[in-house]
Amino acid sequence: MQGGVYDLIAFANKVGAESAMFLVGSDGELPKYEGTVYLADVAACGEYNPDVHKQLLLEIIAKVKPDMVIFCHSSYGWDLAPRVANALKAGQVSEVVDFVDGLPVVPVCNSKLRRKVAVTTATTVLTLQAGAFSLADDPTGTPTVEKISAGGTGRIEFAGYEYAEKGGVDLTKAAVIVSAGRGIGKPENIAIVAGLAKALKGEYGASRPVVDAEWAEHNRQVGTTGQTVSPKLYVACGISGAIQHLAGMKKSEFIVAINTDKDAPIGEVADVLVVADLKQFIPVLTEKIEAM
Amino acid sequence: MNILVCIKQVPDMESKFNVNGEGSWYDSADLAWRMNEYDEYAVEQAVQLKEQAGGDLTVLCIGPERVKETMKKALAMGCDRGVHVADDDSFKKDPFSIASIIAEHAKVKSYDVIFTGMQSQDRGSAQVGVLAAETLGIPSVTTIVGFVFEGGKITVKRELEGGVKAVVKLPVPALVTCQLGLNTPRYPTLPNIMKAKKKEMLTVPVAELLKTSAVQETKTIYFPEKKGGGLILEGDIGELADKLIKILKDKTAVLA
Ligand SMILES: Cc1cc2nc3c(=O)[nH]c(=O)nc-3n(C[C@H](O)[C@H](O)[C@H](O)COP(=O)(O)OP(=O)(O)OC[C@H]3O[C@@H](n4cnc5c(N)ncnc54)[C@H](O)[C@@H]3O)c2cc1C
Ligand SMILES: Nc1ncnc2c1ncn2[C@@H]1O[C@H](COP(=O)(O)O)[C@@H](O)[C@H]1O
Repeated sequence: MQGGVYDLIAFANKVGAESAMFLVGSDGELPKYEGTVYLADVAACGEYNPDVHKQLLLEIIAKVKPDMVIFCHSSYGWDLAPRVANALKAGQVSEVVDFVDGLPVVPVCNSKLRRKVAVTTATTVLTLQAGAFSLADDPTGTPTVEKISAGGTGRIEFAGYEYAEKGGVDLTKAAVIVSAGRGIGKPENIAIVAGLAKALKGEYGASRPVVDAEWAEHNRQVGTTGQTVSPKLYVACGISGAIQHLAGMKKSEFIVAINTDKDAPIGEVADVLVVADLKQFIPVLTEKIEAM
Repeated sequence: MNILVCIKQVPDMESKFNVNGEGSWYDSADLAWRMNEYDEYAVEQAVQLKEQAGGDLTVLCIGPERVKETMKKALAMGCDRGVHVADDDSFKKDPFSIASIIAEHAKVKSYDVIFTGMQSQDRGSAQVGVLAAETLGIPSVTTIVGFVFEGGKITVKRELEGGVKAVVKLPVPALVTCQLGLNTPRYPTLPNIMKAKKKEMLTVPVAELLKTSAVQETKTIYFPEKKGGGLILEGDIGELADKLIKILKDKTAVLA
């Protein structure tokens, strides 16, 4: 079961809604849920095709007539939600992190601000930020299954999957991770971060832009599209703290951030935020640790 | 090949933000403006496609006068012409309205490929591209990290979770939304910056293209409560290092 199903149920519980679920899956693997699951067979439409999935969903929506249609803000949700919203002429609010006074709240400017939004159409479409809503107790219940099937093939042709290559360093096993973000400025400065990691007997990691620029290998990337880590100590160097990065490291036992921007969102999860230029601060810190 | 790329001008995310007088958006005073990061990948891919297939590449941006500066960068990167949809109130417009404006412009231009960013860094709705494609009735793919045009068809890699990518093929006309890692955007060279100054920049008043009304509105915008309660250390580098070492000794086992 792909993550997020229980986030959706938790959200429905929070707003006190009656709910039904649309699921592409199989009989053998159903969520614990008290309600109707409209089940599309994974063998027939497991490969995501936006045209086909939109059609399936619109048929269910026509039957259930919901006030709200909610998705996870995932590669599936952010792709499908606007298609459904457009077909329903419904307002969509993306990456909801909270629900206050009956209105969804979303982050703005890399989470530096929050925005409360009012949708003015009869139906509202929402996508929920991963982990923003979760069940307090273990889920229970057995769903009533109603099978649905799709017609047509859509305009987009699926041609296969590609997987990231495995091997190399395994960050999930490191007790200390010191990660380099875009704030390192240039590839040579990886050495500064790697030096601190070595002094702390740990490994160095990286944020996504650093990996995309090929300054570090992909297996060092921390975040939703990289590794999820929970070391004893995580040091974020020149990393702003975007939600996709936080998702990969916020469970670390102790978090230190080194950043020139005092308001950087990484401050939300950091136990200590050192406001400094990493290029000056880290070499001094490393030297002092090595001298211990 | 007739290509469109849609870009948005956003504040530098490291700016110090303030809330505006109405409490409806961030205050636009004293901010440094730049091209939305995801749109830089979109521009680069659009320029590469034009270099490969030939044709004409338009860059479109909806916003106040100052967005022209950002559009000039796109022209210097290799776009042929600019369409500035003049709108001082673009910051108030919801994704549906922005997408409708783009679709209204595009429907008479018969673009073969439209590029957008996967999301804007300030509003971050990740909707505009898909909504525009749906309005135009053309297929679209989101979050692409690979793009090949061959034999009249597009093959893209679509990023999923956990390092997995889906390879999908689609016919033109189509719209794709671009993600980090798709390419490395070029830096405009000085000669290209000079050339960009002579390129066509058409200004269209937004009223000419806006045929719909908003489906949502911002109630309030505010700073989140600082719940972490984390310690903020500032000051002399040497002292900071000593303080941090002491904290690590007290609170973690890593320096024991
Ligand atoms: C679908 C999707 C998936 C994603 N997956 C991931 C993922 O798995 N992992 C990931 O990391 N990101 C991921 N991202 C990208 C994410 O949204 C951010 O763009 C990224 O995390 C930003 O990286 P950064 O913090 O290194 O860079 P920036 O956001 O550019 O931050 C740089 C920081 O460095 C600071 N700085 C600058 N100079 C200095 C200096 N001299 N000293 C100290 N500090 C300095 C700045 O103040 C700033 O805070 C994903 C995005 C999307 C849309
Ligand atoms: N004002 C605008 N002008 C032109 N394109 C825009 C504008 N706003 C958003 N876009 C495009 O739509 C994409 C997604 O934006 P959003 O839905 O706001 O996250 C951006 O990356 C741009 O390519």
